[in-house]
Amino acid sequence: MTHDQWYLAGIMRSLHRYASDALVVVVVLHLLREFSLDRLRGKRFFAWITGVPSLFFIYICGIGGYWLVWDRLAQYIAIATTEWLDSLPLFGQPIANNFLNSMTLGGRFFTLMVFIHIFAPLFMLLMMWIHIQRHARARVNPPKPLAIGTAITLLVLSLWWPALSQGPADLDVVPTELGLDWFYLAAYPLLDLIPGGKLWLIVFGGLLFLALLPWLPPARPAPSAVVSLDNCNGCGRCFDDCPFSAITMVPRSDGKGYDAEAAVSVDNCMACGLCVGACPTSTPFRRTAEIVSGIELPQLPIAKLREETLAASGRFAGAPRVLVYACEHCGADKIDDSKYQVVPIPCVGMLPPSFIDFALSRNLADGVFLAGCADGDCYFRLGDQWTRERVAGTRDPYLRKRVDRDRLQLGHFRSHERAQRQASLAEFSSSLTARADDSPERESS
Amino acid sequence: MKRIARLSMQALAYFVFAAPIAYFASMPSYRYAEPDRTSIKLSIVHTTERVEPCVPLTQEQIAELAANMRRAESCERERLPLYVELDVDGRTVIKSTSLPSGLWRDGHASVYQRFDVPGGRHSIAVRIRDSARSAGWDYEQSTTADLQAGRYFTVTFRSETGEFVFR
Repeated sequence: MTHDQWYLAGIMRSLHRYASDALVVVVVLHLLREFSLDRLRGKRFFAWITGVPSLFFIYICGIGGYWLVWDRLAQYIAIATTEWLDSLPLFGQPIANNFLNSMTLGGRFFTLMVFIHIFAPLFMLLMMWIHIQRHARARVNPPKPLAIGTAITLLVLSLWWPALSQGPADLDVVPTELGLDWFYLAAYPLLDLIPGGKLWLIVFGGLLFLALLPWLPPARPAPSAVVSLDNCNGCGRCFDDCPFSAITMVPRSDGKGYDAEAAVSVDNCMACGLCVGACPTSTPFRRTAEIVSGIELPQLPIAKLREETLAASGRFAGAPRVLVYACEHCGADKIDDSKYQVVPIPCVGMLPPSFIDFALSRNLADGVFLAGCADGDCYFRLGDQWTRERVAGTRDPYLRKRVDRDRLQLGHFRSHERAQRQASLAEFSSSLTARADDSPERESS
Repeated sequence: MKRIARLSMQALAYFVFAAPIAYFASMPSYRYAEPDRTSIKLSIVHTTERVEPCVPLTQEQIAELAANMRRAESCERERLPLYVELDVDGRTVIKSTSLPSGLWRDGHASVYQRFDVPGGRHSIAVRIRDSARSAGWDYEQSTTADLQAGRYFTVTFRSETGEFVFR
């Protein structure tokens, strides 16, 4: 195929193989990333444990695909796989008998393999669908430039180093030297060293261990968001912005004249506070005796956030006064310079834009710095994006136009990027100083 | 200039991503078998005798049965284990006991094993016991064969004729 019709079938075959290998690479990187960022424990266990069976289906698809080529490698895989499966007490008679010699191989075998190679990916797709069920607005497609770049890379690879068959299969001849696809077949040479039953124990033990990682040790989840019906008008902004599908809009239960009210699923709520940031009643400007938002985080209600903002403002010793709202998950505790007063919040997306207006219009600070997670890498999901859009005035609730954007800076950092964070803060601080020096009041005085 | 540098770094990143994929998709090679050896596969699927022999039913007993359940004899389902031995050049290489399949141990008993020997002339003897006898064998057969290096040699059993097949 690669030689006789390289321009269509050959390229497609090579693309198919290298893309399937790239899938393994990307899945392993994804798994390591989510583990290293601790995005698996607590209520996030669901995505983790539903990802584990997906690994199993990926391997069934990949290994099954190699059988279809029916070259020497396929012959080896067929014999090794069936012998390995026969080590499980599942089959009435050895399925390796199907590959005993060239007389025992039937055409129906290939029908079965085609069936498996089509339906295993469908099951994998089903698992992936389940995998993202607790994620609103899950990004299942890569950004277009990355998709194009990857496609071109794999295409170039397919032309430069086409995937080749390894000689026709002959069940009477022992395949000796084989070019294994180590992404899918790395476990197979172990069968020369370990009995099949033990290797199954290792494989399933490993998968079980992987599935149990969210509870090793278990997380202590923060209390879920709570709805205050007296302040909720059922606008649905919290429903729109929740990244974990934890909020649903249900018929009104308190007899007020609104159609709906927000309801929080305790099982899904990650206590990120993005709903608080989205709620139009989350404002420190309210004149009620007790400031309560339509939806609140019990550990950091809006009234407390207002108090902490005022307290931080009171601690400034010199100018410029930079008030930092910093994400707790991206190194807020690492801002240790006394020039900056830090108000830690679970996620920058939790900060209602009105707080920026509050801090600047009430002269509580000369500038406001929002220190969130790295771009597109929000610990919770979407917090950085919603904040950017709210500030830019493209997502409700908007930051009011009267707010001087020069006195506001958004910073996106990974938790270890301490130097970058400090440099960005220093730069912002300098710009505020320069601005103060250039101001008419200063000139006139 | 900046744009060229950025594009170059992107190209490098794609190369770093693709290079291991290209390499590990088929390399390093793996030696599954030595070319000077023959791989012998022994595969026997056989229904052994019942643990308890069937008992003929009397006419009265048959008449007592429902019309669709009438049969000439009554049989317990469980069958005996299958004992298999295989010698190569007088040395016993496989000694196996297999239980019949199924929850009631009433299915086929099977043996499947694979091992390598140096290519060349070898005498091969195989024997099985599928009955309740305590000594001796119910079927046995031997052959001398020129085993070609790099090929499979299979030993199977035809239950219907009671013959072993060396191929």
